[in-house]
Amino acid sequence: MAFYVVQFLTGLASAASLFLVASGLSIIFGVTRIVNFAHGAFYMLGAYVAFTLTERFSGAFGFWGGIVVAALAVAAIGVLVEMVLLRRIYHSPELFQLLATFGLTLMVEDLVVLIWGPDDLVGRRAPGFKGAIDFFGQNIPSYDLFLIVLGPVVLGVLWLLFQRTRWGVLVRAATQDRDMVAALGVNQKWLFTSVFALGVFLAALGGALQIPRDAVNHAMDLRVIVEVFVVVVIGGLGSIIGAFVAAVLVSELNAFGILIFPKISIILVFLVMAVVLIVRPWGLFGKPEAPVRRTPGLTVNPWRPLTANERLAAIAVLVVAAALPFVAGNYVLTVGSEIAIFVIFAVSLHFLMSVGGLASFGHAAYFGLGAYGVALLAKMAGLPMIACLLLGPLLGLLGAAVFGFFAVQLSGVYFAMLTLAFAQIVWSIAFQWVSVTGGDNGILGVWPEKWAASPSHFYWLSLGIAALAVVILRIIVFSPFGFALRATRDSPLRSEAVGINGKRIQWTAFVIAGTVAGLAGALFAYLKGSVFPDNMGISLSVDALVMVLLGGVETVSGAVVGAIVYKALNIWLVSQTDWSKLVLGAFVVLIVVAFPKGIVGTLEAFLHRRRKSSSSASPVLTSRIETAE
Amino acid sequence: MRGYFVGAGLAIAVAAMATSAMTTQAMAQSEIKIGEINSYSLLPAFTEPYRKGWQLAVEEINAAGGIGGKKLVVISKDDGGKPADAQTAANELVSSENVAMLTGTFLSNIGLAVSDFANQKKVFFLAAEPLTDAITWSKGNRYTFRLRPSNYMQAAMLVEEAAKLPAKRWATIAPNYEYGQSAVAVFKKLMSEKRPDIQWVDEQWPPQGKIDAGPVVQATAAANPEAILNVTFGADLVKLVREGNTRGLFKGRTVVSFLTGEPEYLDPLKDETPEGWIVSGYPWYSIKTPEHDAFLKAYQAKYNDYPRLGSIVGYQTIKAAAAILAKAGSSDPEKLIAAAEGISMSSPFGEITFRKIDHQSTLGAFTGKTALKDGKGIMVDTAYRKGSDYLPSDAEIEKLRPKD
Repeated sequence: MAFYVVQFLTGLASAASLFLVASGLSIIFGVTRIVNFAHGAFYMLGAYVAFTLTERFSGAFGFWGGIVVAALAVAAIGVLVEMVLLRRIYHSPELFQLLATFGLTLMVEDLVVLIWGPDDLVGRRAPGFKGAIDFFGQNIPSYDLFLIVLGPVVLGVLWLLFQRTRWGVLVRAATQDRDMVAALGVNQKWLFTSVFALGVFLAALGGALQIPRDAVNHAMDLRVIVEVFVVVVIGGLGSIIGAFVAAVLVSELNAFGILIFPKISIILVFLVMAVVLIVRPWGLFGKPEAPVRRTPGLTVNPWRPLTANERLAAIAVLVVAAALPFVAGNYVLTVGSEIAIFVIFAVSLHFLMSVGGLASFGHAAYFGLGAYGVALLAKMAGLPMIACLLLGPLLGLLGAAVFGFFAVQLSGVYFAMLTLAFAQIVWSIAFQWVSVTGGDNGILGVWPEKWAASPSHFYWLSLGIAALAVVILRIIVFSPFGFALRATRDSPLRSEAVGINGKRIQWTAFVIAGTVAGLAGALFAYLKGSVFPDNMGISLSVDALVMVLLGGVETVSGAVVGAIVYKALNIWLVSQTDWSKLVLGAFVVLIVVAFPKGIVGTLEAFLHRRRKSSSSASPVLTSRIETAE
Repeated sequence: MRGYFVGAGLAIAVAAMATSAMTTQAMAQSEIKIGEINSYSLLPAFTEPYRKGWQLAVEEINAAGGIGGKKLVVISKDDGGKPADAQTAANELVSSENVAMLTGTFLSNIGLAVSDFANQKKVFFLAAEPLTDAITWSKGNRYTFRLRPSNYMQAAMLVEEAAKLPAKRWATIAPNYEYGQSAVAVFKKLMSEKRPDIQWVDEQWPPQGKIDAGPVVQATAAANPEAILNVTFGADLVKLVREGNTRGLFKGRTVVSFLTGEPEYLDPLKDETPEGWIVSGYPWYSIKTPEHDAFLKAYQAKYNDYPRLGSIVGYQTIKAAAAILAKAGSSDPEKLIAAAEGISMSSPFGEITFRKIDHQSTLGAFTGKTALKDGKGIMVDTAYRKGSDYLPSDAEIEKLRPKD
């Protein structure tokens, strides 16, 4: 019996650590709607700064002072980031801030290694909380007890802050309806800055408090960020109590789960999230989101098919791209194939995001399913390459059909997180089912047949399929189905009123996107000759998101440019510099500032303005269409 | 209009690739190039000393006149910890840089990906670090050789000591991925062969890099084992040790632990180093052989730092590559394979041989016990175990390894 009590308390201590970080994220998201990918980076910075301070200033005062000062210092960095970077892009398309914080995260990962060196750093134990307390023959670390108390204390302080202060009232109001708060004359700028600072402070404090338990290292951010997002979503966005309950739930399920299934930890949080979101679409303590005021994916100028001249230009570009094998060597061609494959992958997600208004955080699942489909067909059934390329993506289709059905019942970030959960579940199957998928050692020897083996042939194949995918998706965008999908995105109520079955339309779009992603994955398997769980991992999903956002989510095919720029730059930087993450991150941040609507989106807007000033364009075109008002 | 932007983007991308490919062409005549790939950005704690190691080797080789009068150049690429990126790098090294051979890699899945690439493109590949048994056995191929003692060999070395323990109830804690899984599987198999009386009472599989150490320690303690096998390393190991120390998990229990004696993993533990663990590792401070002394002196003179195991791996990888290139007298992959099969050479750990039968080198490892000295973890009672003594019989390997 004593064992179960101790295991419960151990779970609570884990929950407290998780809650500190999650509460900060929840506050930031609730008010600013920023998906703060850099939250893990702030957590890690907190730990590093606290390590330095606590090593320098010993004694109880030095230790606890160091922890608090570290959290404050990182919060100051957070303020700087908010004022210099995020303020510029609050009016950018949805999720664009994700791109900025993603760039920051990349930079911080390299910066900490530059500053603190590559070794794992083990800090001091907390003065006064070094040992353990005997509980009927079981030992409970006293630091765990400290954390167990600290969690609810922070919860209480936050509750008082939000319920009993004017600032808290404003924050809660902004959580519910930002535009209304602004209309009432509240200075949103400082409200956002202060909220961001508080959130970052909590993240850094959470990181700093890990010093007596953890080793400070440069991978801490990624370890925590996804888990924390999941906790926030399970609890319900913007709900601090929800975050607390979710942290306890997840930690306790893990603490007791490993007694029965020792391998459960790898997937547990995602299973819990999937179940919670299917049963309660807004998380445990969340409320249905207030109806959106501005249309997501609103374009300044309405979409239209390419004009005849533009078509010619596009074909010319394709011809130029197709001529590459006559001038370039094998390496460039293989990189070209990889870029073409990522163009296919990015446009499939772009279709879902921009046309469907559904941002998926787990799109790599269908890419990976396509790749595994090919690998399994080729290795187990021994099918020829053409058959594999045609049949492999069907696994992506199947996965998209099953998961899409549940996912489209939700919207916004909940949709995104459910897709993430599904992707992680698929990933863990590929990872754990060693007898079929080879586990993380993957499936090897999936090389193309002779006719496609040479780099130039494979390049033409990939380029051709990429061009075909872009054209087909564009045709769908401007088909009646595409219009129905956009109608559902822009105004669910009105589209329903004119007889559009929104959920079915979105589900179909999800399946289309999943199949096209599967096609990209199928090609990728042949390009690399092997398939790994990596091919459906979170980082690949994030890459796809970055490509779409970089191109411009409000464009018809901006993802093409986003994919080319990001992938080419990534491959080139990794090959040329040891600090590729630092440079790539800085580049992403610069792009965010220079092109606040994405590269293509900003250029289109610029050209549109120029055209407008040269010829007096009709006012109908230029007026913003605020359909959902 | 959009079309133009696509074109511009593509043009920039292609131009960037092309220029980087062309600059290196001119000097190819007077030098021999080796392509090296590792997870520099993902695992800097291992790869920084590793890089120092191979740079020292390159310097020594060129100071001694290069390979057949040609200067040795190592072109190093980062794989970011992703198999797919490792293949992109391998492709660049082979297609654009025209390297004579590929070397490097740390993670098992990356080692396998590059090995499969090497097999497909008919390129010689000397794997430095990946521990998976598959790379030389079940998924072995004729183009791939491996330097470090495999999972099997390390397990066999530890089992020799572990089997002497009186403990009968064993629990395992290992990271939930291929390395952890196969380390536990081999250890259990070899251990149960020697000691049929052993019971395996619990196993814990925390996700790699994400151990929630408190519950894991508690769950292990609840099974009340007499001895524990640990396979976690890095930050996971630190958390496990700290929780285990506070909760008294290791009190009165013997722990057998993979790799923990390597300075990369032992040094961060500082004064929390648990004493008396049976570990494999690299006690650079207590190896007293002329070969190692020479290496140690050269390393400390150049870097003013002590070597980690990564330094040895990096150093010996390039030394081995150079020896193979020198013996082959050519960069033709077939000649390299012929030269590498059965080649013997000296190393900081003594003479090693690349076996013909499975392309595994006989580089060994040190085993010993952990101890605390001046607030730092060290290995004591160390013994070098030759790799050749801890490999299965040729007949067994014939069964495991696919025919070429």
